[in-house]
Amino acid sequence: MASASLLVLLVALPFVGSVVAALLPANARNAEAWLAGLLALAGVVVAALLYPAVAASAVVRVEQAWMPELGLAFSLRLDGFAWLFVLLVTGIGMLVALYARYYLSAQDPVPRFYAFLLAFMGSMLGLVLSGNLIQLVFFWELTSLFSFLLVGYWHHSAAARDGARLALTVTALGGLALFGGVMLVGHIVGSYDLDLVLAAGDRIRTHPLYVPVLVLILLGAFTKSAQFPFHFWLPQAMAAPTPASAYLHSATMVKAGVFLLARLWPVLAGTDIWFWLVGGTGLVTLLLGGWCAIFQQDLKGLLAYSTISNLGLITLLLGLDSPLAMVAAVFHVMNHATFKASLFMAAGIIDHEAGTRDIRRLSGLYRLMPVTATLAMVACAAMAGVPLLNGFISKEMFFTEAILATTPLPLLGELLPYAATLAAMFAVAYSLRFIHGAFFGPPPTDLPRTPHEPPRWMRFPVELLVLVCLLVGILPALMLGSILDTAVRAILGASTPAYDLAVWHGFNLAVLMSVIALVGGVAIYIGLQRYLATAPNGPPLLRALSGPRIFERIVVALSWRWARALETLLGTRRLQPQLRALAGTAILAAALPLAGHGLAGGARAATALDPALALVWLVGGACALGAAWQAKYHRLAALILMGGAGVATCLTFVWFSAPDLALTQLLVEVVTTVLMLLGLRWLPKRIARDDESTTLPARLRRGADLLVALVAGAGVAALAYAAMTRPSPDSIARFFTEQALPAGGGRNVVNVILVDFRGFDTLGEISVLAVVAITVYALLRRFRPAPESIEVPEQQRVQNAFDEVRPDRSHGDSVAEYLLVPAVLMRLTFPPMLAVALFLFLRGHDLPGGGFIAGLTVAIALIVQYMANGTRWVEARLRIHPLRWMALGLLLAVLTGAGAWLAGHPFLTSHMFHLDLPGLGRVPLASALFFDLGVFALVVGATALILIALAHQSVRSHRAPRAPQPATDA
Amino acid sequence: MEILVALAIGVLVGSGVWLMLRPRTFQVIVGLSLLSYAVNLFIFAMGRLSVAAAPVLDAGADAAQLADPVPQSLVLTAIVIGFATTALFLVVLLASRGLAGTDHVDGREPHA
Repeated sequence: MASASLLVLLVALPFVGSVVAALLPANARNAEAWLAGLLALAGVVVAALLYPAVAASAVVRVEQAWMPELGLAFSLRLDGFAWLFVLLVTGIGMLVALYARYYLSAQDPVPRFYAFLLAFMGSMLGLVLSGNLIQLVFFWELTSLFSFLLVGYWHHSAAARDGARLALTVTALGGLALFGGVMLVGHIVGSYDLDLVLAAGDRIRTHPLYVPVLVLILLGAFTKSAQFPFHFWLPQAMAAPTPASAYLHSATMVKAGVFLLARLWPVLAGTDIWFWLVGGTGLVTLLLGGWCAIFQQDLKGLLAYSTISNLGLITLLLGLDSPLAMVAAVFHVMNHATFKASLFMAAGIIDHEAGTRDIRRLSGLYRLMPVTATLAMVACAAMAGVPLLNGFISKEMFFTEAILATTPLPLLGELLPYAATLAAMFAVAYSLRFIHGAFFGPPPTDLPRTPHEPPRWMRFPVELLVLVCLLVGILPALMLGSILDTAVRAILGASTPAYDLAVWHGFNLAVLMSVIALVGGVAIYIGLQRYLATAPNGPPLLRALSGPRIFERIVVALSWRWARALETLLGTRRLQPQLRALAGTAILAAALPLAGHGLAGGARAATALDPALALVWLVGGACALGAAWQAKYHRLAALILMGGAGVATCLTFVWFSAPDLALTQLLVEVVTTVLMLLGLRWLPKRIARDDESTTLPARLRRGADLLVALVAGAGVAALAYAAMTRPSPDSIARFFTEQALPAGGGRNVVNVILVDFRGFDTLGEISVLAVVAITVYALLRRFRPAPESIEVPEQQRVQNAFDEVRPDRSHGDSVAEYLLVPAVLMRLTFPPMLAVALFLFLRGHDLPGGGFIAGLTVAIALIVQYMANGTRWVEARLRIHPLRWMALGLLLAVLTGAGAWLAGHPFLTSHMFHLDLPGLGRVPLASALFFDLGVFALVVGATALILIALAHQSVRSHRAPRAPQPATDA
Repeated sequence: MEILVALAIGVLVGSGVWLMLRPRTFQVIVGLSLLSYAVNLFIFAMGRLSVAAAPVLDAGADAAQLADPVPQSLVLTAIVIGFATTALFLVVLLASRGLAGTDHVDGREPHA
């Protein structure tokens, strides 16, 4: 249990530290470094505490179920192999935190750097500790993301921005492929749990989906580990601050790809296609990276290509399908991390002190910084594979494997030792170039700064790493024997081979290859020295083939040219073509599934045709067609006709046993008509012009639209008929009907559904209503009407003019007296209307009525007063606060729902009880009544808010909008 | 009677779709209103038509004879929401007319 919580702490601490680091002041370089360094040190200590358990071949696990139905769990799992990576991530992380303290200048936003660095450390730890493949992908993408942020740290530099974007695009695309591969693995195995997946190797390798799985996972691993042909992002990522490069792009993140390959090695390896894909890619990357590294003029570029080459070496070893090669691969992961991180830091020191990393400009630095130079030389020697250094031992192991490798193609097996020697020659050549170019030769001239030794603690991480290189190189078994053994045993289990971790195995073929490589590498460097002194950056033949440029072209073509072409081809900003396409799509979507079946009538007995309803619809249909006909020039007529169709709809609801719907429809009809009438006031009249609708394209468009409308109408009619003449399937209606009285305490099933069974839907609906009402209100606050409609309406102008010529009348009298008798009568209707609303509300649970209907009734009672007496008259007597009504309604509905929690029931559970009322006796009540009261208040408020806001426009003084500016750009 | 309701829905849909495709904002708002009548009737009709059988439980009434309450409650909320969206559209329409100086749905007169 203690070790389990340590494991959680290991992943959680860096993220917590990241947040803390982000909150520290901008100039707190020391505090940041202490924070990050101590957290990383804590990680090292935790790892050390966990080592005894791991060394005893135990697996430390923590698992927290997350979505068990989907097989997702948060699961951490530490075995020997993951432990090795934990040590690398925390150990080198600690050194980088220290180094960055001196590398970053006081002007840099230091909190951002350390926050990203710590978050990256947490992501990397989460990745290597994941016990669930989905979780692994999640942390995998997080590392890509933080790598992006770290590479783009100096975002004022274009190179940093481009490099960051390139790195993110390539690695995140790979992560997407990996995600696909992992999903397929989950599909094959039936679980994403790493242990179960590792135990299902045979099933995966023999599954028909093995090749897609392999290709997708390899895409992920190769992009992350910068394998050919995806290697081009790594050199561009060198725009990152050097501490980030040392950490991410040499020691940790780029190792995630090979980590994954090794992790899944027991599952995926052992087939020919694995050998060809992994081994082949590794070999090409090994040689190409080494070759390119020789020709780099930038110290960090050289190191980047060297990293690519070394990652290729590890990939090649993993591709060889032999347990011994796996041992060599794991060993080289560690060795490469130590010597490469120290070299990056050394390159950073040179850059920091000399102001440039260009090998052509640097020279003779040994005299100015002898200690740094010595350290870098030792690390370079390790990189070149000089004996008594760690790089030598892993290179010898590689040579041995290259000689022993059994390949599907015998010729390739013959050639592999030669290729290995060639790659080693390249390594010697570029290592030599690094040392000779930077530290030897004549004293430097014309450098931006005068170089000198760096601060004591900036050099310390390099010293420590170089010391490790030396110790491992001299005493490999003592230093790393146990760790390597634990790591390899975690992957290979029982098939762990016997191997001997020693410096000297006698004079054998591998040693001979080493000697040839050393001599050959020196010869290559001497041969190329004159050329390199003045050559441009990059290898001679491949210089024109720039990966980033090809990538950029593809991105531009995809996301800009093709997208634009597609947009011009298919897109439009005009509404009509879009709606036409929408209607056409809807018709097609309905027609396709029906194509094979037809829409013949069903077997259900039809109800007898009633001539009265037929007459209603004769009028209603004529109204609908008339509205369609007249809506362009005769808006008022169209509005009235639309109301006619609405009344026919309402009568249909009455006819077919839907009293609640009929009431609602009728009331909404009234409110909508009033609303539109209020709106028409601000919509200037359209005058028919002859020329605008007689052109041929206009006629053609109308013809097409008519066709669409006819097809849509006929189709929906046929569909409705076919459905209505078939027997109704058994639906949830039966449940609602049976339970309405016993469970909901109401006889009106529709109302019980609304306020009880589906109360949550209703809550959502009234929220929408509230949002819309407030939106309308907000839009109208800054309403600018059309200039033509600002003037007082013609009727009022006539009436005012009449007043002004009469001495006995004053301005506005006629307007006030207009329709005085009806106005007085309408005033009198106000109390009865409210009484009706109360009646409709109270009986709603048992008989037609309810909150919606009563709310609309009250809103109508209010608007009637506005219409009859004018805004000023009403508001002088009655102050309505629609926003308060809405707030009250929403609160009441939510509180009623939340009240169920007090009784330990889910939200909105209804409760029935009896209440003793004086004079009325025992009255049955349901808590749904209060919910319905909330609905009522909200509907009153929302409807009144919309209508009053629009009505108020008549008493506001409107400014005409500014005259349109004459077009000056034409 | 089914055929009558189906025809009514058809006429409403046809008029609504025609108006929805017109270039003037007022035509579109009337069209959408007609279309919402049609859609409400359609959903209601999916509960099948029953005469003189309201979904109100009376003492002694046979529950199997009641009208289907589910489409009714769906449509009831749809009517109210329909009012709200019409109001919103109306206000946008008026604001667009005021700002753009035209009642064309694209906010400017076509070039033709």
